[in-house]
Amino acid sequence: MLDFAVIFVGIVLAISLLLNVYRLFLGPNASDRLLALDTMYINSIALILVYGMHSSTTLYFEAALLIAMLGFVSSVAFAKYLLRGDIIE
Amino acid sequence: MSKFLPMPFHTVSLLIVWLMLNNSLSPGHILLGMVLGVVIPLVCQPLRIPQPKFKRPMKLFSYALLVLIDVIKANIEVALLVLGPSSRINPGFVAIPLDLQEALPITMLASTVTMTPGTVSAELSSDKKFIYVHVLNMPEDEQEVVDFIKTRYEANIKEIFEC
Amino acid sequence: MNDMFEIVISVLLVIGGIFIFVGSLGLARLQDFYTRLHAPTKATTVGLGSVLLASMIYTYATEGYITVNVLLITLFLVITAPVVAHILAKVAMHHQVKMIPRTRNREMVKLARKQLPPTATTGVEEDGRLP
Repeated sequence: MLDFAVIFVGIVLAISLLLNVYRLFLGPNASDRLLALDTMYINSIALILVYGMHSSTTLYFEAALLIAMLGFVSSVAFAKYLLRGDIIE
Repeated sequence: MSKFLPMPFHTVSLLIVWLMLNNSLSPGHILLGMVLGVVIPLVCQPLRIPQPKFKRPMKLFSYALLVLIDVIKANIEVALLVLGPSSRINPGFVAIPLDLQEALPITMLASTVTMTPGTVSAELSSDKKFIYVHVLNMPEDEQEVVDFIKTRYEANIKEIFEC
Repeated sequence: MNDMFEIVISVLLVIGGIFIFVGSLGLARLQDFYTRLHAPTKATTVGLGSVLLASMIYTYATEGYITVNVLLITLFLVITAPVVAHILAKVAMHHQVKMIPRTRNREMVKLARKQLPPTATTGVEEDGRLP
């Protein structure tokens, strides 16, 4: 039952990542693309944790923590660039 | 006390986060965490911006519990709205007058508003008197949203800081 | 690992997967940026939270100890997710992103992107085109 649940959630997360990629390519604005990228970070954290359960190891927790931190910092830096890089300021 | 431990609250939280990060309770890690907890606040002391004190830290836990329950409710609500027909969604902006003045309480309120039922804080007016909120599904009466946020969250945050 | 742990972990995992999926679906199918902003920022916090909880219980059931750095990820995400949402809303206002026509109080965006209070009347007109 647990193996089935892990595989099911893995497939669902993969489909979610594809939906995010759809928005990343089609998003009419830069802000849409940035939102899609930020969601992709969160989804990939979940996917890494599920993969860690699939291969029954705890080694991936540090990777998930690093992705969470770097994802936040890069999202904010990108958003700041979009806010300040314009002439309207 | 105040010379060696300028921020006692930060010292304790640094120690706890260090122990959580290393996932152990061994004496070596406790010692290292205490050293870091004393040294980092001493180094960071000049960078500090004065913030209002938590007058009632115990209220913080009950507030966190309230927000947690609201977050779960909000998730189910938003999930149903997303799955339903998109013609059912009536978005809108609303400006909420603030009673809080300091930066930390306003940040807490804005974060709470973003985490809970169909609302995202979008902008703060420069005189810190109004916060603009985007509502996913606006009820007929806009005042409902304003009253909900003011009575449920802002009153609690005011009680925590007693300002 | 006994059956109870297995059922609890499976239920938590499936709940988390469904919430994350709904968040991504909302990102893909809602109509304008401001409504799209709601789906991922909310649905992912509970979704990822329950996946993290499931992973914590899994480690306890198989290895026999509790990993708390998973809780650290949850704490970090709870603090940072609203910040990202807020700054993305600011970016959208700055770039005057299109809104669906039935958005109420659309004219507030003009005031908000200049950080004026809603009672202000001056300083709005000079570039007052509505997105």
